[in-house]
Amino acid sequence: MASVSKSTGAATDAQAQRSTREFAQAVRAHALRMVHAVNASHIGSSLSMTDLLAVLYGGGVLRVHPAEPEWAERDRFILSKGHAAASAYATLAEAGFFPTDWLATYCLDGSRLSGHLTRGVPGVELSTGSLGHGLPVGAGMALAAKRDTLPWRTFVMLSDGELDEGSNWEAILFAAHHGLDNLVAIVDYNKIQSFGSVAEVMRLDPLAEKWRAFGWACREIDGHDHDAIADALNSVPHEPGKPTAIVAHTIKGKGVSFMENLLAWHYKSPNDEQLAQALAEVEQE
Amino acid sequence: MRNTFISALCDLAEQDERIWLLCGDLGYSVLERFSERFPTRYVNMGVAEQNMVGVAAGLALSGKVVFTYSIANFPVMRCLEQLRNDVSYHNLSVVTVAVGTGLPYGTHGYTHHGIEDIGIMRAFPNMTVVAPGDPVEARLATAALVAQGGPGYLRLGKGGEPTVHQTPPDFQLGRALPLRAGDDVAILATGAILAEAVTAADLLAQQGIRATLLSVPTIQPLDTEAILAAAARVPLLVTVEEHRPVGGLASAVAETLACAPGQHARLLPCGVTISPKVIGGGAYLRERNGLDGAHLAQTIAQALTGERAAHVLHSGGA
Repeated sequence: MASVSKSTGAATDAQAQRSTREFAQAVRAHALRMVHAVNASHIGSSLSMTDLLAVLYGGGVLRVHPAEPEWAERDRFILSKGHAAASAYATLAEAGFFPTDWLATYCLDGSRLSGHLTRGVPGVELSTGSLGHGLPVGAGMALAAKRDTLPWRTFVMLSDGELDEGSNWEAILFAAHHGLDNLVAIVDYNKIQSFGSVAEVMRLDPLAEKWRAFGWACREIDGHDHDAIADALNSVPHEPGKPTAIVAHTIKGKGVSFMENLLAWHYKSPNDEQLAQALAEVEQE
Repeated sequence: MRNTFISALCDLAEQDERIWLLCGDLGYSVLERFSERFPTRYVNMGVAEQNMVGVAAGLALSGKVVFTYSIANFPVMRCLEQLRNDVSYHNLSVVTVAVGTGLPYGTHGYTHHGIEDIGIMRAFPNMTVVAPGDPVEARLATAALVAQGGPGYLRLGKGGEPTVHQTPPDFQLGRALPLRAGDDVAILATGAILAEAVTAADLLAQQGIRATLLSVPTIQPLDTEAILAAAARVPLLVTVEEHRPVGGLASAVAETLACAPGQHARLLPCGVTISPKVIGGGAYLRERNGLDGAHLAQTIAQALTGERAAHVLHSGGA
């Protein structure tokens, strides 16, 4: 098939030379600058999933072609936790879907880049922002590919807090029932939701066992260990005939010492001094 | 009406491989016709409407034209945000089909009455809201929604509705269909209640009251041109719907009239207004709401008497 050369992943030749560590570093720096510039929220949520995005897009896991974002056979990626748009936009820009210049327009009046991820931006498959929407839509995409025997896969990134939404569990039942082994759910399990820790607000543990009980293959990984992430993502489906869940243990605010594991950074935006310190820390990573 | 719908959908699906049908574990003895013929384009989604609509959106983003099917308010309200964010916002070809809207599930109780759905669905951008008045309109509306593409809401009766259109009308989305012409009053009916409005128009004719009767299958976009033309000609516009007047056809017509300059007809809304706690069958509930043909005719005749009295008073004082 003519598209084989495209199916080797997002990274262009030049980008393939760059490590996913460097990719993640660039994304973190963009995201910090973006939220600082417009005093936006959710930097903690953006930083916790950055390493996962870096491996997905910078490590060639996703079979996408940034120069042709609507390529019919592309893998689909849905960010269900749409509030973490800053690092998602930064990732798409770094992967080459659109110029990195656009990132400076994040959340500005009349911009293409809204505070929650919005379709119409190259590489964005679904507008999200209200939680609990991404997995059902991803299941629909996976069902379409399965019934039409098409090779592309669907990846959905979820937050831990959004697993409170019942719609996810409807989709989790559904995907297992229909044997959607072309569907991958990644949980950015940073253990902090909007108004408290997951343990305090609505306990999820034992989370991996829940996925397994619902008929998914589930693997737990360190969501900041790039080798572990690549190993998990490159070996899907982990069990034939079952959808794959990857519970990625992460740290909210990862990479910036004064943001890590603090609820406040779900809301706060760094001031000038904090930005400088954060960028210095990220660059040392 | 539901059998006509599924027959129409089967005919369309025969020609168009993009067409899928998802149901919310309802449709016994109706949907088998589709599921047996097109098993790879049919899914019983279980009792999980939010996922049904999300999956429909995912299928539509993959090039499918998806119909979701359930009864009364279930495919609308349980999954409302999925309809808003996933379907309407993304402008996807997903048609929500609700059968038994209005009051036909009478004794099942208020949980099974679809009487606020029009108001909710017509609030969304990109959403075409269609309530066919008889099986003929249901067939034509199904085909028109597929041809148009984009989000749609097909609000159907349950079954056994009489055929009003003896010859196929010139059905177009967004256009009202004239059934009677008269200059005393104009009756605008939407949905399966249409046959009662026809009865009312006939009863009024026996009293010498000549009514214009418009079937208004499309509530969004509304045929404002036809409505304003009628409002300029008659003193009274009557909306008839098996729906609460709030948000329904009555609201849509009121919005149109309120924005129109000059003299025009007054609005008499006829809809579901009694307490949701009243228990009874569909026919009984129609009567209690004054929505059967005889009650409608009586209400309209009384209102016209009032109009004339007011007019005489006004003329006398001038």
